[in-house]
Amino acid sequence: MRKYTPKDNVQGKSYYTDRFWVAPRIPREAVEEDSHFANVVSALKKYAKETYIEVGQLVVHIKPTDNISVLSLLKEKCGYSQCSELSAVDYLARDSEFEIFYQMLNITEAKRVRVVCRIKQGEAIESIVPLFKMANFAEREMFDMFGIVSNNHPYLKRILMPDDWSGHPLLKTYPLQGDEAASWYEVDKIFGKEYRDIIGPENRDPAKIDRYDTKRFSRVGYEVPFDADISDGEKENPIEYSKTLMANYQKSSKQLKERR
Amino acid sequence: MAQHQVNYASAAGLPVALTSVDKLVNWGRSNSLWPLTYGLACCAIEMMASGAARFDFDRFGTIFRASPRQADVMILAGTLSKKHAEFTRRLYDQMAEPKWVISMGSCANTGGMFNTYATVQGVDRIVPVDIYLPGCAPRPETLQYALMMLQKKIRRESANMNKNTKQRLV
Repeated sequence: MRKYTPKDNVQGKSYYTDRFWVAPRIPREAVEEDSHFANVVSALKKYAKETYIEVGQLVVHIKPTDNISVLSLLKEKCGYSQCSELSAVDYLARDSEFEIFYQMLNITEAKRVRVVCRIKQGEAIESIVPLFKMANFAEREMFDMFGIVSNNHPYLKRILMPDDWSGHPLLKTYPLQGDEAASWYEVDKIFGKEYRDIIGPENRDPAKIDRYDTKRFSRVGYEVPFDADISDGEKENPIEYSKTLMANYQKSSKQLKERR
Repeated sequence: MAQHQVNYASAAGLPVALTSVDKLVNWGRSNSLWPLTYGLACCAIEMMASGAARFDFDRFGTIFRASPRQADVMILAGTLSKKHAEFTRRLYDQMAEPKWVISMGSCANTGGMFNTYATVQGVDRIVPVDIYLPGCAPRPETLQYALMMLQKKIRRESANMNKNTKQRLV
């Protein structure tokens, strides 16, 4: 039996991990009183489930249904006029949830707030395009990479992958080298499925050597013509030496009889 | 006035050269290889350098053309993504026969370091490649060398492309 490997995370991993390495936890600090962030927290009091400060940034956990009201509060009341990034993180394997984050920037105060919410797979989130124009592309990318639908988005279609692509590549269940459809994508599109046999599967092994391929690999010891078919067998004696170099020591007259 | 009869076939030094049609046609083809102005990634920077003053592709008769209808050679310079493969093939189909393809750099040859879902693992999966040029990225000198190898290859070919060309898609 082959060893079972979990299929909920098939992304590539590093070959070597230090057993004694402990990833440093980022300390979470409480929000200081009378600071800028304390005012933000009090403004978001109705919605915030959990607030703390991580590396000088305020992190606010909210319900996914409150995202529009929280972001418009931040924009109008707290001066967070720019949403610099918006995307999701796949925690389906661990918590069976996606984490969606909105990275907000206050330009006048030079402060950043991360608004975080979690949704289940198959759930949709309200689009924030009416508040921030940048969300148009960012939500399309989130849809492309994770399959998370944004409701009331003006033009929700794939942004990076082709429109007829299947699968969402940033999911942990998506293999790094692509699934079946991905591996034949360009062949199917250009030539049609009938052409798969002629072109053959992708070579994903960078160190692959085919000893019977006389087109791409040269022979060691003896040469064959370019593109010659040697699949039914190779020569018995792989290396042909010149006869003048081959000395027969058994027949050598100079050898003493005692040594034979 | 003396009348001179000139035997052109035997007279040395007169402007007569004998050759075969193959050689003549291939001389013309190999010395006016017009590649398509078509860059995919960082290899295209080296390709541009090859075309510019220092390395000077023009002295091989190689002038970049901005239309596939006028080009003979497609230099696939860089990573070819699966989304773009369709358009590369379309450009190749739009080029007039006879046409040749140089696959420039590791990414175009094999996918290179992009062993991922989104990269074509070697452009020979979609177009027939004549010259594989290794390197990441290849220096302009090596692209010149690849072009000279392609010229050599063309000079070896028969000029009659109808007889010569096998119907092959990749």
